[in-house]
Amino acid sequence: MHTDIFYIQVLRAGVRCGIRLQSSSTATASATASSSSPAPPLGFSFELTDQQKEFQQLARRFAREEIIPVAPAYDKSGEYPFPIIKKAWELGLVNGHIPQEYGGMGLSSFDSCLITEELAYGCTGMQTAMEANSLGQMPVIIAGSDAQKKKYLGRLTEEPLMCAYCVTEPGAGSDVAGIKTRAVKMGDEYVVNGQKMWITNGGKANWYFLLARTNSDPKCSASKAFTGFIVDADTPGIQIGRKVAAGATGLAQRALDEATSYALERKTFGKVIAEHQAVSFLLAEMAMKVELARMAYQRAAWEVDQGRRNTYYASIAKAFAGDIANQVASDAVQIFGGNGFNSEYPVEKLMRDAKIYQIYEGTAQIQRLIIAREHLGRAKK
Amino acid sequence: MSGRVLVGVKRVIDYAVKIRVKPDNTGVVTDGVKHSMNPFCEIAVEEAVKLKEKKLIKEVVAVSCGPQQSQETIRTALAMGADRGIHVDVSGKDYENLGPLQVSKILAALAKQEDAQLILLGKQAIDDDCNQTGQMTAALLDWPQGTFASEVSLEGDKINLVREIDGGLEHIKINTPAVITADLRLNTPRYATLPNIMKAKKKKIVTVKPADLGVDVTSRLEVLKVEEPPQRQAGRV
Repeated sequence: MHTDIFYIQVLRAGVRCGIRLQSSSTATASATASSSSPAPPLGFSFELTDQQKEFQQLARRFAREEIIPVAPAYDKSGEYPFPIIKKAWELGLVNGHIPQEYGGMGLSSFDSCLITEELAYGCTGMQTAMEANSLGQMPVIIAGSDAQKKKYLGRLTEEPLMCAYCVTEPGAGSDVAGIKTRAVKMGDEYVVNGQKMWITNGGKANWYFLLARTNSDPKCSASKAFTGFIVDADTPGIQIGRKVAAGATGLAQRALDEATSYALERKTFGKVIAEHQAVSFLLAEMAMKVELARMAYQRAAWEVDQGRRNTYYASIAKAFAGDIANQVASDAVQIFGGNGFNSEYPVEKLMRDAKIYQIYEGTAQIQRLIIAREHLGRAKK
Repeated sequence: MSGRVLVGVKRVIDYAVKIRVKPDNTGVVTDGVKHSMNPFCEIAVEEAVKLKEKKLIKEVVAVSCGPQQSQETIRTALAMGADRGIHVDVSGKDYENLGPLQVSKILAALAKQEDAQLILLGKQAIDDDCNQTGQMTAALLDWPQGTFASEVSLEGDKINLVREIDGGLEHIKINTPAVITADLRLNTPRYATLPNIMKAKKKKIVTVKPADLGVDVTSRLEVLKVEEPPQRQAGRV
């Protein structure tokens, strides 16, 4: 759940002093937007509201009709899929997090995750490019002034523009407090020097959210040493050189579906391979993992929408979904056999794409650090 | 002229689903099966919304006959741009036996009640492939009909229509009020956008019963048996 991973980084690295963190905005939006179902009598419910089902249907149809047909070609060419992103933007599938008063949909985290999973089913590369917008927007939504929100969020809702989130550097990824980009105030301006790396949408963004060190005293605590900046892409001197768990689940579901179709068609030893127990057991385990990953991210998203800090659930969802996405994609290639290796079949791309989910937005190892810390923290109370 | 268009939308089994016959051969399996709006009805809704966007008509009313779930289909029409919906509640045995004759009687009654200027329907439904409702509705109302339309343009109080027929394309001009049925190439239906899905929740759907419209839905047809087509034999080259 990248939105909450960033939430932790915000607390740790400290974007500006004296900010009001408003995670409750998503909770109120979800209360008004999804109130069509009556309160379930048992309290806990897996039922989606009618509106959530419609959102999911829209994203699902878009993924199958617009993303899947072109994904292999974009994969080969490496071209930025701007036409697809523009179409998604026109349908309101991008920028879901932007509050309604700035022209956005003000979707709850849960609803955004539902959409993310469906888009990731089509192509996680494109879904990441769309999600990176949310990443860049999040600091502005959480901690921007009203004027900043109107200007920078407004730009994204008026036109299909992208933004980017610039925190990672060549020397600092997991260790955010180790970033070296410096910002020094000179009169009316800040002068920023440094290097950022792995910036999704970096080449296409209209503006960047940038994290830089403003207090060079090494004794200054991490929460006070850094400041977030919004930087226009056309600022002179810039040279251009990633809702994770839901995305990983979408990929895993796709891998499962492709492997299942293939297993029901391919025949060996006189029957379809799905009837060989070894294969059916593989599929069963793949299905187990996909369902559990989905439940994990939905729980994490639901916690955020209830207005609670969801670090524990978000890290579990991200760690689990990232790991199973890799396992399920690899198993899918296995089921395809020799064909799985071939780029004319979709599964080898899934295996390549799955790896990133164990790396970006908090590596699998960092997630485990966080989970252990949260878990032990509770045990000590 | 009221400037009001009635669009009929039918809830059918989704086109991508593999159809299975029930073991008792009384029909096809519908429980738990994905349903969606009939693709030709989507085209009809799109045409109606386009006419409204060109300001040639004032209001689009989506109508569906069926059980409670038909309201989902009406909601999809609302999300595409229809203004309000009418759900004609038909369920159970009546729904199983609901066919073009009863639906056209219902549509005719609604057209009079709503003072409709135009009725837009899909040319046929993909479940029964009847291709009768539009024609019957026009006959009951004694209105002109433009069926298999691949192009529609309003000219004053007349409609220019291009029809796809076996021999090619036929150009006709008909008076309004009229019934038009949409063919495949009339337009490409839009996706409902996320904001429109949210706005659709505020649009009204009214539920009525066929009896309220003075329509008797008893069927004069009885389905004796439903079977799968014979298995295809391998060919010989």
